[in-house]
Amino acid sequence: MATTELPTGTPASAPAPPRPLSPARRRLRRRERGLAYLLLIPSLVVFGVFVFWPLVHNVYLGFFRNPPFPGLPKHYVGFDQYREVLGSQTFFDSVKTTFLFAILTVPAGIALGLGLAVLAHQQLRGIGIYRTLFSSTVATSVAVAAVVFGTLMNPSVGLLPWLGLTTNPTILQNPTWALVAVAVVTVWQTLGLTFILMASGLQSVPDELFEAAKVDGAGAWSRFWHVTLPMMSPTIFFAVVIGTIFAFQSFGQIDILTQGGPLKKTNVLTYYIYDTLQRQSDPGKAAVLAVALFFLTLILALLQIRLLERRVSYER
Amino acid sequence: MSVEADARALHRRRRWGKVGRYALLTVLAVIVIFPIYITIVNSLLRPVDITRQPPKLFPTDPQWHSYADAWNAGHMGTYLKNSFIVTFVITTGQVVTAILAGYAFAFLDFPFKRTLFVVFLATLMVPFEVTIVTNVATISDLGWYNTYAGLAVPFLATGFGAFLMRQAFLTLPHDLRDAAALDGYGHWRFLWRVAVPLARPAVGALTVFAFLAAWNQYLWPLLITKDDKLRTVQIGLKQLQQVSIDQINITFAGAVIAVVPLVILLLFFQKQLVRGLTAGAVKG
Repeated sequence: MATTELPTGTPASAPAPPRPLSPARRRLRRRERGLAYLLLIPSLVVFGVFVFWPLVHNVYLGFFRNPPFPGLPKHYVGFDQYREVLGSQTFFDSVKTTFLFAILTVPAGIALGLGLAVLAHQQLRGIGIYRTLFSSTVATSVAVAAVVFGTLMNPSVGLLPWLGLTTNPTILQNPTWALVAVAVVTVWQTLGLTFILMASGLQSVPDELFEAAKVDGAGAWSRFWHVTLPMMSPTIFFAVVIGTIFAFQSFGQIDILTQGGPLKKTNVLTYYIYDTLQRQSDPGKAAVLAVALFFLTLILALLQIRLLERRVSYER
Repeated sequence: MSVEADARALHRRRRWGKVGRYALLTVLAVIVIFPIYITIVNSLLRPVDITRQPPKLFPTDPQWHSYADAWNAGHMGTYLKNSFIVTFVITTGQVVTAILAGYAFAFLDFPFKRTLFVVFLATLMVPFEVTIVTNVATISDLGWYNTYAGLAVPFLATGFGAFLMRQAFLTLPHDLRDAAALDGYGHWRFLWRVAVPLARPAVGALTVFAFLAAWNQYLWPLLITKDDKLRTVQIGLKQLQQVSIDQINITFAGAVIAVVPLVILLLFFQKQLVRGLTAGAVKG
C-alpha cells in the first residue's frame, strides 16, 4: 500500500519522515511523561536515599579510620583500612562462618521442605490438616523462634536433658555445637515457607506425568528421581538462590541466641557488621565489612545463577 | 481362588500402606509442631514446672495470669501497638508506591523507561544489612532516631512490589486503556477505578507479603529504637527473654502473643501469601 500513495516519486524503501505531532498530541505526550515521572518519584526518592546513597557512601566511609578516643577527628587512610580489615583473621573466620551457616541451613531446609511437600502431595483424607501443620512455622518470626528455642535451651529448663540432648558446656556456649543449634532453629523457622514454596511448585506439575510413570512401572523412588526432581528444578533453583541470600543476611537468631560467640564461632558477617557499628562504634570499619558483604552476596548470586540455571529444565 | 487371594493381599497391602502413610505424616507433623506446642504449654505452667525433670507436657493447672503479666509488666501491649502502627504504615506505603510505579512501567511511555526499570530491579540486589551503616546516620541527621518515621520511612518502597504490580498490570488487555480513554477516563481515574480493581490478586499478595516482612523486622528496629515506648514486638521479645528464671513462663506467653496476629492474618489470607511467595519462582 505504500507504493500507491507516492505520486511524488519517493522510493518506497525510504523511511517515511516522522509525521509531526499535532500540538494537542504533543501536549498529551508531555503530560504522559510528566505523569510517569510523578508516579516514579516516591519510589525513586526512597531508593536514592536508603539504597543507592548508602552503597556509595559506604565505600567513602571505609576510607576513614575511627579516632582512638571519641571526640578526636577521624582521619583519611585511603585503602589502608580496607587492606587491614579484609586481610584480618577475624574477617576470614567470619566469612568462613557465614558460608558454613549457609551450608548448614540451605540444603537441609530445601530437602526437608521438598520431602514434606512430596509426602503431603497425595490423595488422602484430611491431608489439608497436615499441610496446615507443615506450613505452620510461617506464623513465627526469626525473633520468636530464637527466643523460644533459646529459652528451651536454657540449662535450667528440663526439656533438653529429658530428651537426652545435653552437651558440656551447654549447647549455646559450646564452640562445636552453637552454630549447629542456631542452624537448627533457622531451618525450623523457615520450614513453613520452604514447604509452601515446594508444595505450590509441586502442584503445578501435571498429574498425568506421575500417572504415566506409574503405568510404566516406575516405583516411588524412581518417580521422585526422574519426574519430581526435574519438574521441580525451577522451584528448587529459586529456593537455593533466595535461601542463600537469606542465609547470608541472617542476624536476629545470632543476636538473640549467641551474640556471635562462643569464641566468635557464630560471628557471621551481618553480626560482625552490627557489632562493629553498635558496640565498637566504628562506622568506618563497619562500612568496609558492609562493602564486602555486598560484593560477596552479588558474586554468589550471579555464580549460582550461572552454574545452576543450565541444569534447570524449564520446559513444561 | 488364587486371583481372589491376590486381590485380598493387594487390598490388605493398600490398607497397611495407608496406615503407614498416615503414621509417617503424623510423626513428622508432631516433630514440626512440637516447639509451638511446648511454648503454649510452658506459657501456662508455673516456672518450677518448666524447670522440672521430666518436663510437664500438659498444663493440668493452667496459669492464665502469665499472659496478663506479659501484656502489662512485659510491655507486650505497647510493643504490639508499635508493631501495628509501623507495619500498617509500611504496608500501605509499599502497596501505594508499587501501584504507582507499576502503572508507569506498564501503561506509560517515557524516556529512560528501561533504564529506570533496571534501577528498580537493582535495588533487589542490595541486602538491607549492607546499608545500615549509612542509614542509621541518615535517620539520626533527619531527627528520626527513635521515632515511628525512622522505623517506617526506609521501607516505603520496594523494587519487588513495583515489579509485581507491573507484571499484574501487563496481563490486563491492552485495549482496556483505549476503551477507557474513549469514555473520558484519564490515567489517574483509569488506574484507581479499572486497573487496580482488576489487579486485586496481585495487590492482595503484595499486601500480605509486605505485612509479614514488616511485622517480622528485627535488625532495623533494634538499631533505631532505644526505649520501650517505641520498641516493636520482635525487639520487645528479646527484652522479655532476659527475665530471671522464675519468670520464664512470661517469656513463653510473650512469644505466643507475638505470633497471634500473624496466625489470624494467615488464616484469612493464606492464598495471597502463597501467591506472593511464588511470584518470584514462576518460570521464564
